[in-house]
Amino acid sequence: MYRIVRKKPLNPTVTQMEIEAPLIARKAKPGQFIILRVDADGERIPLTVAGTNPEEGTVKIIFQIVGATTECLNHKEEGGFLEDFAGPLGTPTKSDGIRKVCIVGGGVGCAIAMPVAEEFHRLGAEVTSIIGFRSKDLLILEDEFRACSDRLIVMTDDGSYARAGNVTVPLKEMLEAGKRFDEIVTIGPLVMMKFVTAAAKPFGVPVTVSMNPIMIDGTGMCGGCRITLVDEEGKRTTKFACVDGPDFNGYEIDFDEAMSRGRMYAEFERHAYEEACSLFRKA
Amino acid sequence: MPIDPKKHEMPTQAPAERAHNFREVALGYSEEVAVAEASRCLNCKNSPCVTGCPVNIAIPDFIARMKERDFEGAYQIIAKSSSLPAVCGRVCPQETQCECQCTLGKKFEPVGIGRLERFAADWHNAHAEEKAVPPAPNGRRVAVVGSGPSGLTCAGDLAKKGYAVTVYEALHTAGGVLVYGIPEFRLPKSIVAREVETLRELGVDIETNVIIGKTLTVDELFDMGFEAVFIGSGAGLPNFMNIPGEAYKGVYSANEFLTRSNLMKAYLDDPKTPIMKGGRVAVVGGGNVAMDAARTALRLGAEHVYIVYRRSMEELPARREEVEHAEEEGIDFRLLCNPVEILGYENPENPRDPKNGFVTGMKCIRMELGEPDASGRRRPVEIPGSEFTLDVDAVVMAIGTSPNPLIKNTTDGLEVNRRGGIIVNEDGLTSREGVYAGGDAVTGAATVISAMGAGKVAARAIDEALSK
Repeated sequence: MYRIVRKKPLNPTVTQMEIEAPLIARKAKPGQFIILRVDADGERIPLTVAGTNPEEGTVKIIFQIVGATTECLNHKEEGGFLEDFAGPLGTPTKSDGIRKVCIVGGGVGCAIAMPVAEEFHRLGAEVTSIIGFRSKDLLILEDEFRACSDRLIVMTDDGSYARAGNVTVPLKEMLEAGKRFDEIVTIGPLVMMKFVTAAAKPFGVPVTVSMNPIMIDGTGMCGGCRITLVDEEGKRTTKFACVDGPDFNGYEIDFDEAMSRGRMYAEFERHAYEEACSLFRKA
Repeated sequence: MPIDPKKHEMPTQAPAERAHNFREVALGYSEEVAVAEASRCLNCKNSPCVTGCPVNIAIPDFIARMKERDFEGAYQIIAKSSSLPAVCGRVCPQETQCECQCTLGKKFEPVGIGRLERFAADWHNAHAEEKAVPPAPNGRRVAVVGSGPSGLTCAGDLAKKGYAVTVYEALHTAGGVLVYGIPEFRLPKSIVAREVETLRELGVDIETNVIIGKTLTVDELFDMGFEAVFIGSGAGLPNFMNIPGEAYKGVYSANEFLTRSNLMKAYLDDPKTPIMKGGRVAVVGGGNVAMDAARTALRLGAEHVYIVYRRSMEELPARREEVEHAEEEGIDFRLLCNPVEILGYENPENPRDPKNGFVTGMKCIRMELGEPDASGRRRPVEIPGSEFTLDVDAVVMAIGTSPNPLIKNTTDGLEVNRRGGIIVNEDGLTSREGVYAGGDAVTGAATVISAMGAGKVAARAIDEALSK
C-alpha cells in the first residue's frame, strides 16, 4: 500500500497527489512514468511522474479526471492509500547537448511537461515554454512554468486568459521570426502533438513527443502500447511505448493510427465512467 | 488381475457447459480412481519416468504410497523435488516427459502420472492442517527476480536450506505466467495463491511492484547485502508477424489478451479492465498459449474461434490434452494456413465513424509442408494463389515472445545471446559472478516445468557457491 501524503486540486478536473514511494522517488527522472492501481480490483493505469522528492521519499502525480479509474483516484484523500504504485518505467527524456529548448504543453500534459522544463532549466539550457488550455479555469502550473522558463507564453483556446489560440500559433511565429531551438519537446493531446510536429517540420527542428497509449503492465509484456514509427523511406517499425518510449521522434510517429488505437475502449470507458460517477453520487 | 490397457479417464466438465464458464475443465480423480490408476504402475526396475521429469520426482515411490492410500506420504515425496506439485500436475506436458518414458506405455497407455500428481497435491491442500515450518536461518540472503515458476522454485529450494530469500515481482500479484498467462479454467488462481502462501510460510519475502532494472538494479541488490541473484524474469515482449494491419483495434498479443482476462479479471461480469467479448476471433499460433487464448475467447462469449497455424496437427506444439479439449469445445482449427494481412474497417466518407480502425477480417494463405528445417520439423511453404479471408472481429497473435531488455540494459557484463536470452552455464550461472538465471529469460518461451527445473539447478548451484 502506498500512502497519499498530500493532495491538492489544481483545477476542477485536475488533481495533484504526492505518494509515498521511496524507491521510485530516488530513481524517477523527467519523462518517466509509474503504473498504479487505486483499489485491489482496479485497472492498472500509467501516469507520468510530475516530480519527486527523494529526501521525503515521495512521487508527485498529476491527473485529469477522465474516466472511472481517475474518478476513483480523485475520491482518495490525504492520508489514504493506493493499492499499487510501480515504477519508474520508460526512458527519461533525453537532454544531452540541448542548449535551447522549446517546451510545448497542452492541458494536463503540462503536468508532465513541467518537470521536463525544470530539468532543462537546471541543466542550464535556455527554456521557452508554451502552455495551452481550453479556457482560464483549466489553467494549471503557470507559476511553476514561469519559475523555470526564460520565456513563457500562455494560450487559451477561447481567449478567456492570456493569449487566444492554440499553442502552434506562437511556435510558428517564433520559428518564422528566425528563432532557433535545438529541440522541441511537446506533451499533450495527440492531435496537438501532431500539429506541433507539423509546424516545426519546415524549420527542421527536432521534435520529441511523449506518447500515452493504452497500457496494462508497463514493463514490456503485453504489447498493447505499441506505436508505429515510419521512417523517411516509409518503412514501418513497431515500438513499445513502455520500454522504448514514452518519448519518440515526432516526425516518425503515425499519429492517426495512435489516435485510433487510443479510442479502442471508448465506449466501455464512457459506461464505466458514468457508473462510477453515479456510484459516488449515491454514496 | 490383468493390467487395464488404458489410463483411467480424467472426469471433465462437459464441453458444451465448460465452453461458457471459467471453472476448471478437468475435475480430478476420486480416491478410488487414483488408487486404481496407481495400481497400474509396474514399479519397474530402472524407473525411466524419473529421467523424463525435469525435476526428477521419485515417481515410482510416490505412486507406491498412493497404492497404499498414503496420499500425504505421496505428496511429501513429490514435494521433496517440486515446489509446485498442484501446478505441475495440471500444466506439465507429461506426454513428452515422464509418461512418454513409462515402461507400461510401450504396450499400453502409460500410467497417468500427471493426474496422480495432481491428486496427491489436491489431497494435501484439502487435508493438511499444519503450516510449512521455516528452517533455522543460515544468515545468508539471496534475491530472486520474478515470481513465476523458475523464481518460485529457486526461492522455495533456497528457503528450505535456511536462506533468507526475497522475491521481487514487477506486477501486483505473485505467480508470473501462472497468474497472468494460464487461465483459471486450466489452473485455478486459488491453487497458485496457495503455493505462493506455502513459500511465505517457509519465510520467503515477496515484494510486488518492484521492477528489477528500473526500481532497483541487479548491482543495487548486491549493495543491499544479497550474496546471489537469480533472474527468472520470464519471456517478455510479444512477437508480432509484421504483416499489414496489426495496429487495427482488435489485434492483441496473446500476452495482452490473457493478461486482461486473467490478471486483470476482465472475464468477470463487471470488470474494471476492458476486453473485446463476443464476435469472431482468430488466434494465430499452435502452442499452449494459443490454446489458452482461443478457449478464453470462447468463454468470453465469442461466436466462433479459429486457431490458425502454419503447420499441421502433428507439429502442433501444444499439450495434447489442451488440443483435445479445445477441439471438443468447438474451436475451429485452420491448419496449414498463415496470415498475410489483417483487414480493418475504414469509412472514407466519415473519418469519425466509430467503427473505423476495427478489425473486420484476416487474409490467410494456405501452406504445405516442404523439407525439414533447422528444427527438424518440415518447413511450411506457401501455396501460391491460395489466399482466402476469414471474417473476424479480433485477432490474437500467439507466436511467441522475445526476452525483456530491462535487466540486460541495466546490468553491466551480463551477456545475452543473439536473440536476447541470458547466457548461462550448466549451473545456471551467467557471465556475472553471483548472478544466476533460468526459465524463459534464458530459453525463450518454454514450459512451466522446464523453468522450474532451471530454478532448481540454480538453487543448488547458489547453495554450493555460498557454502564454500
